[in-house]
Amino acid sequence: MTMHRTFIALALTASLGATVLGAGVALAAEGQVIPPPQKWSFSGPFGKFDQGQLQRGFKVYKEVCASCHSMSLLSFRNLAEPGGPGFSEKQVEALAAEYKIKDLDDKGEAIERNGRPADKFPAPFANPLAAAAANGGVAPPDFSTLAKARTYERGFPWWIIDIFSQYQEQGPDYIHALLVGYEDAPKGFTMPPGGNYNKYFPGHVIAMPKPINEGQVTYDDGAPQTLEQYSHDVAAFMVWAAEPHMVARKRLGFQVMIFLLVLSGLLYFTKKKVWSAVH
Amino acid sequence: MSGHSTYQPQNGFLQWIEKRLPIGGLIHSSFIAYPTPKNLNYWWTFGGILSFMLGVQIITGIVLAMHYTPHVDLAFNSVETIMRDVNYGWLLRYVHSNGASMFFIAVYIHIFRGMYYGSYKEPREVLWILGVIIYLLMMATGFLGYTLPWGQMSFWGATVITNFFSAIPGVGETVVTWLWGGYAVGNPTLNRFYSLHYLLPFVIAGVVVLHVWALHVVGQNNPAGIEPKSDKDTVPFTPYATVKDGFFIVVFCIMYAWFVFYTPNFLGHADNYIAANPAVTPAHIVPEWYYLPFYAILRAIPDKLLGVLAMFGSIAILAFLPWLDTSRVKSARYRPLYRQFFWLFVAVCIGLGWLGSKPAEGIYTLIARILTFYYFAHFIIVLPLLGIFEKSKPLPNSISESVLAKA
Repeated sequence: MTMHRTFIALALTASLGATVLGAGVALAAEGQVIPPPQKWSFSGPFGKFDQGQLQRGFKVYKEVCASCHSMSLLSFRNLAEPGGPGFSEKQVEALAAEYKIKDLDDKGEAIERNGRPADKFPAPFANPLAAAAANGGVAPPDFSTLAKARTYERGFPWWIIDIFSQYQEQGPDYIHALLVGYEDAPKGFTMPPGGNYNKYFPGHVIAMPKPINEGQVTYDDGAPQTLEQYSHDVAAFMVWAAEPHMVARKRLGFQVMIFLLVLSGLLYFTKKKVWSAVH
Repeated sequence: MSGHSTYQPQNGFLQWIEKRLPIGGLIHSSFIAYPTPKNLNYWWTFGGILSFMLGVQIITGIVLAMHYTPHVDLAFNSVETIMRDVNYGWLLRYVHSNGASMFFIAVYIHIFRGMYYGSYKEPREVLWILGVIIYLLMMATGFLGYTLPWGQMSFWGATVITNFFSAIPGVGETVVTWLWGGYAVGNPTLNRFYSLHYLLPFVIAGVVVLHVWALHVVGQNNPAGIEPKSDKDTVPFTPYATVKDGFFIVVFCIMYAWFVFYTPNFLGHADNYIAANPAVTPAHIVPEWYYLPFYAILRAIPDKLLGVLAMFGSIAILAFLPWLDTSRVKSARYRPLYRQFFWLFVAVCIGLGWLGSKPAEGIYTLIARILTFYYFAHFIIVLPLLGIFEKSKPLPNSISESVLAKA
């Protein structure tokens, strides 16, 4: 059997598998409303973060989300690092100084000092138990990796198409949908005490009350102060927080791809030449 | 096959060494003069790809180990520190985590290639069994490695897999406590998993040496499934196989790099970006994709002990393949019926993989049972009977003849 026929056989097997898989999609989709896909500046092989958007998203985080959600893996200095929101070092120093950091002085006495760029973002609660106690029994999730920790099932054939289209923005799509997804519970829906109805939250009952409203955060760059815009900006910021080297990764990836394509071409012709005498 | 080396070093120092330790001759006879059938197709390059992947995993793994902390309170954050603050740490970690998947893609192609062309048949039984052992070690290594980031899937995957051993009658609970180093998956578990995850790749490397040794004694099978009869049927490993393997390793790397740089988390699970929490169980505990067919077999059986036995049996049965397949014709090219059953078997394995990712309920369980039955039937019923009843096509007289017939 030649390579050619083997590939045909493989394709047939794949399509047989696909037919079987197709039956499962309808079953998989129930239970969660699929978040509508959004346009993101960082999607695709040449995607880059929009600095203005990350700065606005950080403002939303700082003024709204940070009162309950920690972001413990990030330091202030990250905000000035390449590929990120692009704050200047001076801005970061000033920003860090706004925070009070618990520390020890050189006599071992507990003190509070002004933050420095190297400090991690301080958490809003002293510990996870305190965070849970203040929020109806469940600690609000940390923001550091949250954009990579949230997803929804893509189903067949999308999960295969995603390999080639590089769609991987389930996290920000879901975060955006969640923030705009607060609505009145449909008639006959029994809401447990402390619950809030959200169209996109799995099971629709979310402990977090509607966190942000139109006009709540003031933007200095003229961007619309709408819920839609806030949701986009904070979701983009969370993607950067979870994957701060994404831009560098995609840039290096393109260089590696060019290198591998050229090398494979050269090796292919070398192989042809070496084998040309064999019959 | 390797035969006596004709290696004669010109350099005086190398001659001096060669008289005392004939390592030059060993390398020369194994990787330069070693005769390979000239009709090998690209499916034969996956052995080289697998060696390459083992090297990549060991090198990236050693560097990652320099930055990783195996402690339940620190492991998750230490991996994130690698991703954020270690220079090119994100690259090392994505190359390593996606490397595991690439390793398994390559090994599955390698195994199915062996099945299609009957590479397990006499005189290659030991070669095949060594391969099954490598595959088992890879499964163990992959599982241990997946626990190390100590995310939710790490923790709950480790809990589910180690609980298999509680199915052993009588001593099950004791064995599990011993495996955990405590009464639950905890810090001692993570420490020993880390230790073993560092150890096993070198065990794999050792068995790979045996695998290559056995290969070089019996020689490679080939698409015609007949042994080389003269020098006309073979070409020397270098340059012919080296340049062909090299070319396809680079092609394989294009796919690998696509995942690493463009969709690095596609093959992982989102829940593993949540730090392990023994108090919160994920909605669906799903193993890595490369275990899914076996996970489906496990869950298809209603009894826990029988389920575990079926799961391990589904891998162990591979070791008996040389004797379960009764046909004397190796290559599926000359076995019209086997060829169809082979592709059916591939489809069943893919189907089981899909079922492994689905909840074990309703129609899924029913399909999983049917496919599990067929998986075993392929080995126990189909293969023994096919060898007796199948009418194979006439074999060519030599590899050269088969190549010329095709041209």
